[in-house]
Amino acid sequence: MLQLNVQTIAFFIFAIFALGGALGVVTSRNLIHGALYLIVSLFGGAGFFVLLSAPFIAVVQVLVYIGAIAILIIFAVMLTRSMTGMRELFNSQWWVSALVGVLLFILLAVAVIFPMWGNSGSEGSQPKSDQVATTQDLGVALVDGNQYVLPFEVASLLLTGAMIGAIVIARDTTED
Amino acid sequence: MQSTCVDVIETLAPCLATGGMDPGLAQFISILIGVVLVTLFPLVLVILLIWLERKIAARVQDRIGPNRVGPFGLFQNLADAVKLIIKEDITPAGADRLIYNVAPITAVLSTTLIWAVVPFSPIHIGVDLSIGVLYFVAIGSFGTLSVIMAGWSSNNKYALLGSFRAVAALVSYEVPTVLALLIPVLLTGSMGMEAIVRAQIGMWFIVPALVSAIIFYVANLAETGRAPFDLIEAESEIVAGYNIEYSGMKFGLFMANEFMHAFTANLLFAVIFLGGWSGPLAEQIPFLGFIWLMVKTFLLYIPSLILRATIPRVRIDQMMSFNWKFLVPISIVNVLVTAFLLQVVKALGWMPAPDNYDFLAHVPEALVLLIGNLLLIAGVLTMLRNAGRREREATEASEGEAGREADHAIVVAH
Repeated sequence: MLQLNVQTIAFFIFAIFALGGALGVVTSRNLIHGALYLIVSLFGGAGFFVLLSAPFIAVVQVLVYIGAIAILIIFAVMLTRSMTGMRELFNSQWWVSALVGVLLFILLAVAVIFPMWGNSGSEGSQPKSDQVATTQDLGVALVDGNQYVLPFEVASLLLTGAMIGAIVIARDTTED
Repeated sequence: MQSTCVDVIETLAPCLATGGMDPGLAQFISILIGVVLVTLFPLVLVILLIWLERKIAARVQDRIGPNRVGPFGLFQNLADAVKLIIKEDITPAGADRLIYNVAPITAVLSTTLIWAVVPFSPIHIGVDLSIGVLYFVAIGSFGTLSVIMAGWSSNNKYALLGSFRAVAALVSYEVPTVLALLIPVLLTGSMGMEAIVRAQIGMWFIVPALVSAIIFYVANLAETGRAPFDLIEAESEIVAGYNIEYSGMKFGLFMANEFMHAFTANLLFAVIFLGGWSGPLAEQIPFLGFIWLMVKTFLLYIPSLILRATIPRVRIDQMMSFNWKFLVPISIVNVLVTAFLLQVVKALGWMPAPDNYDFLAHVPEALVLLIGNLLLIAGVLTMLRNAGRREREATEASEGEAGREADHAIVVAH
């Protein structure tokens, strides 16, 4: 049933990366170690995208999550002295995050895994579209009037707003 | 049967398979040899690069440079490498051992992985990823990561300070790099390295994308930590930088990586803007394409060495404001101008077909874009001149005022 080919081996290696990294994030007592484990986990995620023949998403995962967000997290942790010395695994809000985590897991299980598992071989395990999504298809879909142009523009507007906000906050107020 | 074994480079896998080997295993061995070759080449080349840098820097400073070990001192770096390997390996007290040891490996990884997507000749490329350009930008973030890991795990204030400003600079200069790379992607209609080189057989992209070529070169100097942006290692300000606590071969890896990275950046410039392997007879004799690529890269690399030996270092605030207030706005305007002009060219029907490798067919398109680029450069230079004049007048006015006050003071004193 489960064929042991290169792809399967790669899948399990990336799964170990993703899950082990995620475990490391929540169990390490050092925040910098936690952030570095997060990078390992995200790298595993990028590997999954490669296996799913979505190289663009994989590279964007590395570029945005590892190259920008994870480095920003490390920066923030390093610049706040009180966080660098933190050793506790739990704080007073642990139950909120536990609740959110469980809810998210249930949501994923019900919405994604269950439909795939339930009717094996029929429409659930079949890809929704027979069109191979290349990077070019993705680009066209983002600017096509019938597809995702509105969410795309809304997202760009949000990002522009965030950028202007950052500039306003960082501006030297003593100047004027 | 023998005919498959004539050209070993092209047909190693089928050649091995004819000898009775399992085809899967033959394929694996052929790929493995390719990977080892592509990875070893920059690592061996770096010995030559360090020698070249020392020779050229010495000439600029009116010295001879390494000249004792081997002919022209060529083996000096082999001797240095042996010295680095047999040196005592010290891990500072309080260092985070795992991260401290992984950081130099990540640094070398960040450069060698780029070579996987570089097309060396018409038929030799590690992987022709459909997103080659983005891949190399993404791999660059591992370099940033290695700097931050080295700086933090060393448990040294200077290392941490050095890594802070290095990371700030690296992250900032990624923005103009990506925006400059957008232009060749626009011109090609693909992000694959092979496609980008093929699109340049008719006309090198440095002509229609002059501004982005300049931005890419400058941003690359900063990304690789070369002068005048060599703030990653500022021995006069923060002792050394993020790698201050490293000794022996671990320091050697960081140093080798710096040279390799500088060379790789120029290699990418040659691939993306100077036509890569394209040149006379490159299609007929693939190995000649590799030689063209190396010639182009060295023609770019040697000026960067002379730059390093002659230009003083900028301050970190100057470096950051140069990026955010100068390079980034120009890059954004450049993308808008080029996208607009490309649509104009397309509307006029001057766009050559993708498989048209004729030089003359590319002239109208390139000319329109070149004129657009030159106008952009002229506009920027005019703005710079006006800003410079205003600043000079302001300085002169305040100096004049100060002078009058001084005269007044003298009069009062009398």
